[in-house]
Amino acid sequence: MSNDPILVQGGNLALRRDYADHAADTLRDLRRSGDAVDFEVEHHHDVASTIQLGFWIYLMSDCLLFSGLFATYALLNSHTAGGPAGSQLFDLPNVLIETMFLLFSSFTCGLATLAMNADRRNATVGWLAVTFLLGLGFISIEVREFAHLVAIGAGPDRSAFLSSFFTLVATHGLHVTCGLIFMAVMMVAVLKKGLTPTNRARLVNLSLFWHFLDIIWVGVFSLVYLFGVAR
Amino acid sequence: MNVANEALAGHGPHGGHGAHGPTRKQYSIGFALAIILTVIPFALVMSHTVAATPLVIAGFALAQILVHIVYFLHVDTSEEKRWNLMALLYTGVMVFIVLGGSLWIMHHLYVNMVPHAMHGNVWK
Repeated sequence: MSNDPILVQGGNLALRRDYADHAADTLRDLRRSGDAVDFEVEHHHDVASTIQLGFWIYLMSDCLLFSGLFATYALLNSHTAGGPAGSQLFDLPNVLIETMFLLFSSFTCGLATLAMNADRRNATVGWLAVTFLLGLGFISIEVREFAHLVAIGAGPDRSAFLSSFFTLVATHGLHVTCGLIFMAVMMVAVLKKGLTPTNRARLVNLSLFWHFLDIIWVGVFSLVYLFGVAR
Repeated sequence: MNVANEALAGHGPHGGHGAHGPTRKQYSIGFALAIILTVIPFALVMSHTVAATPLVIAGFALAQILVHIVYFLHVDTSEEKRWNLMALLYTGVMVFIVLGGSLWIMHHLYVNMVPHAMHGNVWK
């Protein structure tokens, strides 16, 4: 290091010391990480966790979007404009079944993540397929409920309460639908290319998204359906 | 000191990755707790007991949200999840301000501006 011609020529001892310190640090880091392969693994791991943090920030901003819709609903739910109130419209057993669909799908999504971590490709796709069907069940119950409400004249145009109800619940439903599309794409991707580092990073994001939607649903069934019937 | 220890410990080929990965046990515990925390408030409301107050329902909801965050999203206080936790806490504060602030302001608006004959009391 001290024979570096450029540094000797420049004669800047301080700079040379900095350079040597830096080189020593880098060497120590390299030695600590064992060998080049380990270094690569750590590097991939860092990139994956950075992507995951970025996705996490997105989820948090989505959470803020929902908090606005929740606040709107909380303020408008007593404004029925002479129309039906929540307690006359909501069918709790139906909502409980819906909730169970989403909760079970969250669990099977977790099982898909475990299968991925165990490098079991087919099991990963299998659990994703189960999750997909459960999510589809949730959405079809929701769509049926919406169709029923519109049919009996309790559509989003009936009152401020129903406008805010449809906006909040349908925004969640739209997210679940996007999650289903994401899931379908990932099933094809894993079947075609296997559990590559890219696919793994995306699957982790997908599972975060799915679990996050279940958390929003906890807020929906509590604030909208249970509050609506209890009051 | 703590940081240095973690840097040394979390250093092998998979650097503590395996230790922090989710386990089947975590998902099972989370799932069981979530089922319980869902069924109880539904049962309370559906059986029309006096215990089904908004405060109780909100309590069960908050408990279940925490269960989901810990057992499904695996947010913890470890070094590698530090920023996730920070973002989550910040979001929690913002949600509290948006929800609590809206209800607070609108409640005062109703109390002070709207004739009491109107039905628009947010607390009703």
